[in-house]
Amino acid sequence: MKQLLITSFIALLTVLPFQIQAAPGGKLDEMDVNLHDKASLQRGAQTFVNYCMSCHGADLMRYSRLAEDLNISDGVMLENLMFTTDKIGETMSIAMQPEDAKKWFGVAPPDLSVIARSRGTDWLYTYLRTFYLDDSQTMGTNNVAYPNAAMPHVLWEKQGYFEKNDHGEMQRVTEGELSTAEYDRMTRDLVNFLAYISEPSKLDRLALGKWVLLYLIIFFFVALALKKAYWKDVH
Amino acid sequence: MSLMNWIDDRFPASKMFREHLSEYYAPKNFNFWYFFGSLALLVLVLQIVTGIFLTMNYKPDAAEAFNSVEYIMRDVEWGWLMRYLHSTGASAFFIVIYLHMFRGVMYGSYKKPRELVWIFGMLLYLTLMAEAFMGYLLPWGQMSYWGAQVIISLFGAIPYFGEELALWIRGDFVVADATLNRFFAFHVIALPLVILGLVVAHIIALHEVGSNNPDGVDIKQHKDSNGKPLDGIPFHPYYTVKDLVGVIVFLFIFSLVLFYAPEGGGWFLEKANFIPADPLKTPEHIVPVWYFTPFYAILRAVPDKVMGVMTMGLAIVFLFLLPWLDRSPVRSIRYRGPFFKTALTLFTISFVVLGYLGTQPATSLYTLLAQIFTIIYFAFFLLMPVYTKFDKDKPVPERVTMK
Repeated sequence: MKQLLITSFIALLTVLPFQIQAAPGGKLDEMDVNLHDKASLQRGAQTFVNYCMSCHGADLMRYSRLAEDLNISDGVMLENLMFTTDKIGETMSIAMQPEDAKKWFGVAPPDLSVIARSRGTDWLYTYLRTFYLDDSQTMGTNNVAYPNAAMPHVLWEKQGYFEKNDHGEMQRVTEGELSTAEYDRMTRDLVNFLAYISEPSKLDRLALGKWVLLYLIIFFFVALALKKAYWKDVH
Repeated sequence: MSLMNWIDDRFPASKMFREHLSEYYAPKNFNFWYFFGSLALLVLVLQIVTGIFLTMNYKPDAAEAFNSVEYIMRDVEWGWLMRYLHSTGASAFFIVIYLHMFRGVMYGSYKKPRELVWIFGMLLYLTLMAEAFMGYLLPWGQMSYWGAQVIISLFGAIPYFGEELALWIRGDFVVADATLNRFFAFHVIALPLVILGLVVAHIIALHEVGSNNPDGVDIKQHKDSNGKPLDGIPFHPYYTVKDLVGVIVFLFIFSLVLFYAPEGGGWFLEKANFIPADPLKTPEHIVPVWYFTPFYAILRAVPDKVMGVMTMGLAIVFLFLLPWLDRSPVRSIRYRGPFFKTALTLFTISFVVLGYLGTQPATSLYTLLAQIFTIIYFAFFLLMPVYTKFDKDKPVPERVTMK
């Protein structure tokens, strides 16, 4: 009986921890999400509205929620982060219609509200850092994490351009405004922000979780004592 | 207590309380495995209550469903909690039910006179699978959509009228708004009603014959002068306080997942389901939710589609037949011989491995493995009349033991 239990649990354990999907493009660079780093999230928000929101919306995310969670005052929000609307309760939507976008780019840029949950943060972090020049592509660039990506290297001014040599190694072609370390930080902040908007309630659930667990631990000892009291005569 | 008397004269409230709780005698030797029945009831209530709250804001409309779920996650007060309770609860339900069923097989709880308890339980399991399958379509993500597309197309494999049947189920040529609407109707009202009815039948049947126990001995054989089983204790308060401890331990593990890993590593909420359903774009790798994967692996193990669907159906039909396939006079695994113990171990391993294989791409190696474990799965049932009959069972004690 014991062996049977142990075998089934081991079998379960080997199965459970691994995610099924292998990302196209091979190994991903890892990054840690830190939703409590408000400064990082604020910087990420700035990058997002300045660069991403030209083409991508986040239709499910409200500016008001952003302001509240990231400790940004409504005034600062309106002035520096809201370019498409002046109503704080609005969602981070863009004016471009998906039909038009499809005509112009061949594929409509996806909404980014929950992109961090469908792609994963490591994938996004790798994607934003692995563009390289490729004449065979319409936009003149390609991507290691997402081969034949339709999106051009929007942040090229920051990172500079790379190309792939014959051995498949990345080589710098032009310098960007930022050093490699600075660009990594910029993209990490941006992905951190994308992780935040993909599930703003995560801040609530992490905050509530420990209290629920603490309550259950206390309740456990009370219930156990009650059980023992009732069962003391059962032999 | 005059109010209670007033009620009792008109409705058997106290009588029912006595019959099903305070004077329902359960064996005193229940172990760990006996927590999962009451836990299943707990999760059922949890799913119904959270489901009601979700229904208040969910929109069963192909154009709005995906966003309405995110609306619940973001803009509805405590909506995220209701949604995660419900999504985590779905997986928890199957974990609890699988352990509950495994208990039944281990201790021979399906054997005479509990055949109907088992049959009602199996019907519950079937309905629960339908309930979960239809609920999984509602978030209207890519995996919802394509999972439903694949499963419904299985009906198309049935000869002669299969395609018509699949069309009838979908209400359209592909999974579409009509499908979403009817699945919503089934998920929130039709199937829950069936489940509640079956739960009542399951419990009434159980209380009619009395609970089995880890020793598999009949406690009604030895009664005291008042006619109460010597090895029985009233369900209330003994098992209510004991189950309370189990409930807390369960809720602790449940909360760990709920608050710290609601995606369950991509198993409870799949990554691809955060992309809105797109009928024009098939995901690279379509996998059913984990609790269906053993049957999915069996389906894929058979080269012919029609035969595959039938084999998958048989995999469940055989579970129904357990009470009549088992020829041993002994119930509990504690007193069974080596044949049954080996068979059950192999069966359990094959079920888990098939579950894993069902999540993986069907490579030639994996298909071969799935075929081998499918054969083991069926051998457990097909050979059962033989190996249970000739097994070297041990003597069963007269009274229950407290291990």
